[in-house]
Amino acid sequence: MRLDLRRYAKPLAESALSVLIGVAVGTLLVILAGYSPVVFFKALFGGAFRSRNAFLDTLSYMVPLTLTAISFAVAARASVFNIGAEGQMYIGALVANAIGVMALPNGAHQVVAILAAFLAGGLWGWIAGILKAKRQVNEVVSTIMLNWLAFYLVNYVATYHLYDPKAPYKTEYVRETARLPELIPRTSLTLDWVLTILIAFLMFFLVWKTSLGYEIRATGINPTAAEYGGVDPSKVISISMFLSGGAGGLAGAFLVLGRFGFITTTLTNILNWGFDGIAVSLVGRNHPIGILFSALFFALLYNGALEVQVATATGGKTGVPIELVLAVMGIIVIAVAVPGLWDMVQERLLLRRKRVEVRGEAAGTVGGE
Amino acid sequence: MQVAELLRFLLYPTFYAGMLRMMVPITLGAVGEIISERSGVVNIGLEGIMMLGALVSTYVGHFTGSMVLAVVSGLVVGLAAGFLHAGIAVNLAGDQIIDGVGLNLFAVGIGEVLLYLTWGSFATSPQLPPEVRVPSIHGFSPFVVLTLLVAAATWVVVEKTRWGLRLKAVGEDPVAAEAAGIDVFKVRTIATVVGSLLTASAGVFLSLDWLGAYTKNISAGRGFIALALVVFSRWNPLTALLGGLIFGFLFQLSQSIPSGVVPDQILWALPYLVTLLISAGFLAKARPPGAVGRPYKRV
Repeated sequence: MRLDLRRYAKPLAESALSVLIGVAVGTLLVILAGYSPVVFFKALFGGAFRSRNAFLDTLSYMVPLTLTAISFAVAARASVFNIGAEGQMYIGALVANAIGVMALPNGAHQVVAILAAFLAGGLWGWIAGILKAKRQVNEVVSTIMLNWLAFYLVNYVATYHLYDPKAPYKTEYVRETARLPELIPRTSLTLDWVLTILIAFLMFFLVWKTSLGYEIRATGINPTAAEYGGVDPSKVISISMFLSGGAGGLAGAFLVLGRFGFITTTLTNILNWGFDGIAVSLVGRNHPIGILFSALFFALLYNGALEVQVATATGGKTGVPIELVLAVMGIIVIAVAVPGLWDMVQERLLLRRKRVEVRGEAAGTVGGE
Repeated sequence: MQVAELLRFLLYPTFYAGMLRMMVPITLGAVGEIISERSGVVNIGLEGIMMLGALVSTYVGHFTGSMVLAVVSGLVVGLAAGFLHAGIAVNLAGDQIIDGVGLNLFAVGIGEVLLYLTWGSFATSPQLPPEVRVPSIHGFSPFVVLTLLVAAATWVVVEKTRWGLRLKAVGEDPVAAEAAGIDVFKVRTIATVVGSLLTASAGVFLSLDWLGAYTKNISAGRGFIALALVVFSRWNPLTALLGGLIFGFLFQLSQSIPSGVVPDQILWALPYLVTLLISAGFLAKARPPGAVGRPYKRV
């Protein structure tokens, strides 16, 4: 089997162009706000490389970005728009935290917490799936409502039941037996990074190499035709939403068992990764391998933006807050949505090249030899 | 505590004023979306448009001190967002969902960035001066009247005029509509822009009328609640108005129950739970316009 690289060239170019547009608009905003573009760029693209730890930290940001992107992508393959990775992640984080404070032996503790978070996130996603399959409820509406419900549910449990008596603004730390081992000592890069990459390959296998994956893709391309072909679209939709939710739940579990060990009662340390995943997935063309690269890029951007916040806060000015990344991601997603964006650009470039050629011919400089 | 004691707030006019306030933004958004979807175009970006309308009108109001400029600028945002979505979803026949999701992300991000950079707060802008805020008329917000008029007028236009007939034809079967000599692209573009404009006016209501400031996450899911209301109303603007009143009543109820009786989180979650349950319960048989969400390409 030969790999035809040309097949991937166009989607790659389109993704790159969308990212470029997003970063350009972000830069424009920063300049309009009166900041130096040089400082901004140095921080944005240099932030992740300023130290060994910063780079490893960047790699670990790939974990929630990849998993929430997979959450979006699995459903998207069945033509379901799962905007609910955010809430599924909250639920996963809560369940992992609740199990993490229990007394269980090391090894088994992590496995139980991770599986429970996967199941809980999966069930949360499945609600939207079954509502769409059985009651024709638009999944964009239902997943957004489920995000709010998840937020208040986690906020409630964290505030009244799981809080740390010594620091009631956050939940109790999970026990050491539940923490994921560090890949490199004293860094935020933990075992979840390896697991995440395995999960991406698992998604590839599931969607492209199994009959369930075939049914998911068939439903995504044309549900009516799939139904005539013997596929039960409502089953496929609810299963794919379960798997989506599971991936979102894992994102939350890994944030708790890996990076943080707790969540704040208002969830401030885990907010927004679910929404970021939408952009990561779209730029990665809803494909697990594309998502890994796209997640790496957005992790660099995210760490860079943290540095921007620090670097721009000089001379009495307030720093550009990290939420700039959300705005940039929004622009990128809009750019991805423009069909034939690359064709338009290419057409312009080609037209210009042709014009040059024509002019060259007229002057007698082309093709003489 | 007695139940009657708990529900005393139902006797006070402030409860009903609050209910009308709750009704306005979701109904304006829903009626706008009905116009858009009747032509076959879904707009998931209502939430973002509401936020941006509120943000820009607050900004302009704060720096110019002019209510008229503030209102107009908020509406211009609606026009711009409408043309953007129409460009992608109608003219280029692109996906109707993705750009709306992008707009929602952008609105959240830019709102936070500007709040912090301009006013040094992640939570809220300063209160707008009274001359910038939309004045109430005999204790009634003009937006309440506007909402009633818009819903009624939309019903008349959609159901009783040639314009409405064209709108519905394009949304049900664009190929047949085109064959009958209707410009599908023009009708869809106009419907999308009008829908977006009404949604932006809901944003203007939030900042210049209700809150008198821009606050973090000002629309708080109302754009999505409006989308649910569209389905609840079965694409009928008058039913949307009725639904808006029902939703408004329930939302105001969740805010009026004295705290301490049940945990606050349950009360805060109630509007979203109600929206989800109503979407799931009463909507099974609703039939959307035939070509809704499907891009139209000339062959």
